[in-house]
Amino acid sequence: MNIIKETKSDRIFNFINSLILTLLLLMVLYPLIFIVSASISDPDLVNQGKVWLFPRGITFDGYRRVFQDAQIWNGYRNTIFYTVVGTVLNLLVTLPAAYSLSRKDFYGRNFFTAIFTFTMFFGGGLIPTYLLYSNLGMRNTIWAMLIPGLAGMWNIIISRTYFQNSIPGELKEAAEMDGCTNMRLFAQIILPLSAPIIAVMALFYGVGHWNSFFNALIYLSDKKLFPLQLILREILVQNVMSAQMMTSGEDLDLMAKQAKIADMIKYAVIIVSTLPVLAAYPFIQKYFVQGIMVGAIKG
Amino acid sequence: MLEKKNQATTANLTVNAVEKPSKSGKTMKKILRNYELYLFILPALLYFLILHYGPMYGIQIAFKNFMPTKGIWGSPWVGMKHFNNFFNSYYFSVLIKNTIGISVYSLVAGFPVPILLALMLNEVKGIRFKKLVQNVTYAPHFISTVVMAGMVVSFLSPSNGIVNEVIKALGGEPISFMTNSSMFKNIYVWSGVWQGAGWGSIIYLATLAGIDPQLHEAAIVDGATRLQRIWYINIPGITPTMIIMLIMNCGSIMNVGFEKIFLLQNALNMEASDVISTYVYRIGLLNAQYSFSAAVGLFNSVINFALLIIVNTISKRVSETSLW
Repeated sequence: MNIIKETKSDRIFNFINSLILTLLLLMVLYPLIFIVSASISDPDLVNQGKVWLFPRGITFDGYRRVFQDAQIWNGYRNTIFYTVVGTVLNLLVTLPAAYSLSRKDFYGRNFFTAIFTFTMFFGGGLIPTYLLYSNLGMRNTIWAMLIPGLAGMWNIIISRTYFQNSIPGELKEAAEMDGCTNMRLFAQIILPLSAPIIAVMALFYGVGHWNSFFNALIYLSDKKLFPLQLILREILVQNVMSAQMMTSGEDLDLMAKQAKIADMIKYAVIIVSTLPVLAAYPFIQKYFVQGIMVGAIKG
Repeated sequence: MLEKKNQATTANLTVNAVEKPSKSGKTMKKILRNYELYLFILPALLYFLILHYGPMYGIQIAFKNFMPTKGIWGSPWVGMKHFNNFFNSYYFSVLIKNTIGISVYSLVAGFPVPILLALMLNEVKGIRFKKLVQNVTYAPHFISTVVMAGMVVSFLSPSNGIVNEVIKALGGEPISFMTNSSMFKNIYVWSGVWQGAGWGSIIYLATLAGIDPQLHEAAIVDGATRLQRIWYINIPGITPTMIIMLIMNCGSIMNVGFEKIFLLQNALNMEASDVISTYVYRIGLLNAQYSFSAAVGLFNSVINFALLIIVNTISKRVSETSLW
């Protein structure tokens, strides 16, 4: 298309298009930059509205206070555990199921697809689900964080589509001809060719676990098991800070001073809790095009 | 010749004897040959049966007076009592109004934005600029609901939130957004658009990438402008995807996300922020009125499911695009 010279209307179009996209870009970016800046700025200046883009009066006091807090560390540890173990379990359930459903010679695939898909649109609802989990003895155990959402039909569909469309059927035929079992075929031929979809699924499930809050809210009451998000809720939304974070300062008798420090802690805690997810994203991002796109188009 | 044919038939017969002695035998054969595939799907099957279909068995408590000591099956039957109580309660109209209001507003505001973003991104020639916009607009999707709610509360704080700083700088009076129930819907919907628009555009970008470039080449030769090509090629190209997404959204119109509403809710904005899911949580889990809240939840699921079927049927008739 480069051969055709850009017309005047094309140039106007491109200009307006880029302008609007740049505005949108700034609208999304600004709050993110503001939080980073506010988290390392002097809380007095933030409070006076003097920090609006770049940090001023740089201080890492907020982070120091966050890292002093035993609860946050504990939440962090728990969340890492739930995320790693949970994601591994998700992949172990999702990928083999998706592979079976991708095989045309899998007798009963429509039946399985139908009963799985139905759960996307209808369910027992909160209370019956809660009662079942309680009866299974999952309340206040790590299982309450690992078992719900073990397999998502949406993710199974995306993986199935990937297996169907991106892996040549001849591979299966050739392997079968050589007397290869389905188990070996899947483990040694299919999976090594499926890095993009494995990465994307790990990202989806992993982010889900990292950010998960609802299951912890309803099934956990033991503070030792709390994931990071539940502790964040206390700090960010309910405005409850532990004494560990608030003290160790100078003249904290002043309410106003306390409020400012609380704000600083909030910004720091947002960064500390979100950074790991955002940091993982660029590594997996390159698989996106191959992974989701292929999975999504014909889904 | 005859011998040969006979041999062939015997050969055929032996093969047939192994391959298809009877219909059910043939099916068994198919299953046995791929028995590993059934092992592969077994964990997922157990998960869905126990943890998704299992709770459906518990739905019956909506028609009973659930007593933990008697169990789900043994609790006494009360029929439609809980439903009637709900329909006649003060909360019914408030909850329905808020739930549908928030979700229709979210749909109307949130549905077109990813489409416009995808159409615009698709026209960008510079790869680096395109990648930049994509990566930045995807990022908020990864922010947790808790952090999102925390950001909203901080930014909108009347004492030192950045939004009120701007209002003050422009000479206005600071607004107490979070305690003002008339602002709740706007806050909920537009923070959702901010967070979800970029991610939502992925599926449309994928569909746009699949449009045959020859269509565009032919249109260029015929002298079509950029806008004409978007209007007559790209938009029809993504219409099936749009319809599928719309059906899915309509099927969850009564399911406004519990988490963000719950986190943004406070005593002062309750009037506008109380929706069915937060009500079920409060009455069911906090006040332990299991049967009543299960009835409210069931009412919600049934309406959703009915809406999905209705919209899907309409779409099938009108546009020939449907979920099933």
